[in-house]
Amino acid sequence: MSDLNTIIFGLVLIGGAVGGAAVLTWFERRLLGIWQDRLGPNRLGPFGILQVLADMLKLLSKDDWVPPFADKVVFVFAPTAIVVAMLLGFAVVPFSPDLMIIDINIGLLFFLGMTSLAVYSVLLGGLASNNKYALLGGLRSAAQMVSYEVFMGLSLMGVVMLSGSFSLRDIVEAQSDMWFFIPQFLGLYVFLIAGIAESHRLPFDLPEAEHELTAGFHTEYGGMKFAMFMLGEYLGLMLISCMIVTLFFGGWLGPWLPPVVWFFLKVFIVICFFILLRCAIPRPRYDQLMSLGWKYMLPLALLNLLVTGAIALSMEG
Amino acid sequence: MLNAEVLNNNDTVGELYARFGASSFAVQACPDNTPTLWVERSQLIAVLQHLKNQFPMLLDLFGVDERLREHKPASAKDYTVVYHLMRFKPVAEIRIKASVCADDISLPSACGIWPNANWYEREAWDMYGIEFSGHPNLRRILLPPTWQGHALRKDHPARATEMAPFSLDDEKQQQEQEALLFKPEDWGMQRATDDTEFMFLNLGPNHPSVHGVFRIALQLDGEVVVDSVPDIGYHHRGAEKMAERQTWHSFIPYTDRIDYLGGVMNNLAYVMSVEQLAGITVPDRAKVIRIMMAELFRISSHLVFYGTFAQDVGQMSPVFYMFADRERLLGIVEAVTGGRMHPAWFRIGGVAQDLPKGWDKMVREFIDAMPARLDHYQKMAMDNSILKQRTVGVGAYNSQEAMDWGITGPSLRATGFDFDLRRDRPYGGYDQFDFEVPTAHNGDCYDRAVVRIEEIRQSLHIIRQCLDNMPAGPYKSEHKLTTPPPKERTLQDIETLIHHFLNVSWGPVMPAGEASFPIEATKGINNYHIISDGGTQSYRTRIRTPSFPALQQIPLISNGLMIADLIAIIASIDFVMADVDR
Repeated sequence: MSDLNTIIFGLVLIGGAVGGAAVLTWFERRLLGIWQDRLGPNRLGPFGILQVLADMLKLLSKDDWVPPFADKVVFVFAPTAIVVAMLLGFAVVPFSPDLMIIDINIGLLFFLGMTSLAVYSVLLGGLASNNKYALLGGLRSAAQMVSYEVFMGLSLMGVVMLSGSFSLRDIVEAQSDMWFFIPQFLGLYVFLIAGIAESHRLPFDLPEAEHELTAGFHTEYGGMKFAMFMLGEYLGLMLISCMIVTLFFGGWLGPWLPPVVWFFLKVFIVICFFILLRCAIPRPRYDQLMSLGWKYMLPLALLNLLVTGAIALSMEG
Repeated sequence: MLNAEVLNNNDTVGELYARFGASSFAVQACPDNTPTLWVERSQLIAVLQHLKNQFPMLLDLFGVDERLREHKPASAKDYTVVYHLMRFKPVAEIRIKASVCADDISLPSACGIWPNANWYEREAWDMYGIEFSGHPNLRRILLPPTWQGHALRKDHPARATEMAPFSLDDEKQQQEQEALLFKPEDWGMQRATDDTEFMFLNLGPNHPSVHGVFRIALQLDGEVVVDSVPDIGYHHRGAEKMAERQTWHSFIPYTDRIDYLGGVMNNLAYVMSVEQLAGITVPDRAKVIRIMMAELFRISSHLVFYGTFAQDVGQMSPVFYMFADRERLLGIVEAVTGGRMHPAWFRIGGVAQDLPKGWDKMVREFIDAMPARLDHYQKMAMDNSILKQRTVGVGAYNSQEAMDWGITGPSLRATGFDFDLRRDRPYGGYDQFDFEVPTAHNGDCYDRAVVRIEEIRQSLHIIRQCLDNMPAGPYKSEHKLTTPPPKERTLQDIETLIHHFLNVSWGPVMPAGEASFPIEATKGINNYHIISDGGTQSYRTRIRTPSFPALQQIPLISNGLMIADLIAIIASIDFVMADVDR
């Protein structure tokens, strides 16, 4: 793509991602409603979709308030960080063979780096609020995300071995014979769980844990700053879904339909799956989540790495 | 007199007489045939200590202001404290009363005998100013620390209109603000040890998981709860004070609001006590209707428990299913009573109306559909491994601890203690029904849920029996104190018309005396101890609720665990703040 096209596409992507996240809030509520034997927001506009607009108007018109006891600069910076980091993460997502902003040879590492940056947002938000619930939420997020980060990265190394590249375009193309979710089912399993933990959604929403910490790290947030956190969370959900599709389900690959349609179709299904998880599973306790991570997920990720490596070597040799 | 005979044949009373001498006791005859003995202050603790061996549970402890009472028992001085004790196998109760004069208003504390006396004595102090010497922490419990006077004393105003207009000047505001300041030392908490500084977290009174306005102050080391102190009283509405200015009849709607998830179950406890006092026998149809409605509300209350239990351990969906079922159930309640959560539908001597046409179809549809749905919920919630991880082995106590702390109902049965008033001392017609009493073994959060869920099935079973065997006949007693009295014959003879007129305008006049009637309510034993001074209003109404002692026990089972466990424990206790504070 030419530079101009890239800039235009970049802007479209930002708009699309943010808009998509907004629509996703409505979509999730409707879908949860169906699964939970109720309606969800169905009044405003066709199928209630204008609810998104109403919510946005409401959040925009709220008083932009910073608690007097908070650390003001960090308090304002924190919610921005997550949105920026997540949006940057989209830069490396290959939507189709030629529809992506940039194809860098360390695309996968870039994605991991951006999701790691998002941790700071939650952590700083929790600390800057100067609120005990927020502090506990921040503590939980620090522990949870840092440990899940470790095997999130490890779980993807199998994919890298099989494709021989960190470039996301190469990884997708390497799946033309077989999607990686078959040889890398362990990697997928670990990445999926780490992905939920990274985007801190139920069942792993411990930093937020409404029933324990009222609202955890964003207890003191309201209005647009709160909306930014939510936006970041939904962007994270979309980004993780995009990555799952790219890394394990052959990205844009698929017969008949144009590549980009295949991509979005797959992403849509993965998002629905995430919503279903939220709907169905209770929240483990903080220490249980930690021991799940270190005692089960990390060995699994290492085992996967070992086996994949052994097979890759033997096939070369 | 029947009462004297009962007392003389009572082994417990015989033993007491043998041990302490018959002259140490004064006997009060009560229409409910519960042995009621007055003892002197000097012997109180010895007597209670002796009784503890036979009566493991302090069911209730409360004060009475006797000063304005006309039909005062001979031993009563100015203030009386009533100790209501209970044993379970076989079921028996006894009431011990001790009275003090206004100028020497002190009694020895019973905290050393029953740990749950702690809060009850604080309440008696709060409401009557009765001092308990040796009490570790005699502070106000239901009213704010800045409250002036003791609210249940007869000379304390019952309404704001009886007091001077309220104003909040700067000085007063300052005082109130200071009273709110949290000082860990006042709560018996340490700020730090040599190597750790603790964080204090004020959980509640507004918090998503405390089911109302309940506050619990936590001393935290990281996320571990080192110490916790529950603080109640935010939902206190003075129901017991209101009872003293309502007629016997017009208090019924207030009872609905005690355990607001229990609906007519509260009416049942109240009207049963009043009927004891008045000597009313309820006709069969009314009995079966009452049982059916009470069991419907048991299901309703347990469904709310079930849903919020799953919700509080972080499972999002089940609560919606349970509330949808409850909605169907409340539809039946609405068709029958016209109300939903607060039907106020039981009456002294029966129920308000006969069942409407088509009630049986509605009830049958509901009870036919429920078992399959419960199976579904079992898979959805109770069989979930994460839910089990969160609740199995968390917040466990044994039967002995439950007895010591006054825990009754499903929370007691979860420890494996097989006791249910409906079966072991059937009241109101329960002896005619066939049902099981579910129990569990470990007394942990999970078991408390298991017992309640099985109780839903048993209640469905009872309701089906009501449905299949609903007797014909009147829905209201012929007794003259039945309220409102039957209207049919009023236009035919003047006597009936006069009675009707008086009972409706002034309200019925209950014979002087005292009665109580413990029933197995949704959350445990609910008991209204009512004292009539021969008027149209109650002289004293004491409401013993199962939620009150349950909260007192929280620190015992949650210290040393994590915040998330505390939430699971709170969810599993199944309390309602209105039921705690009254």
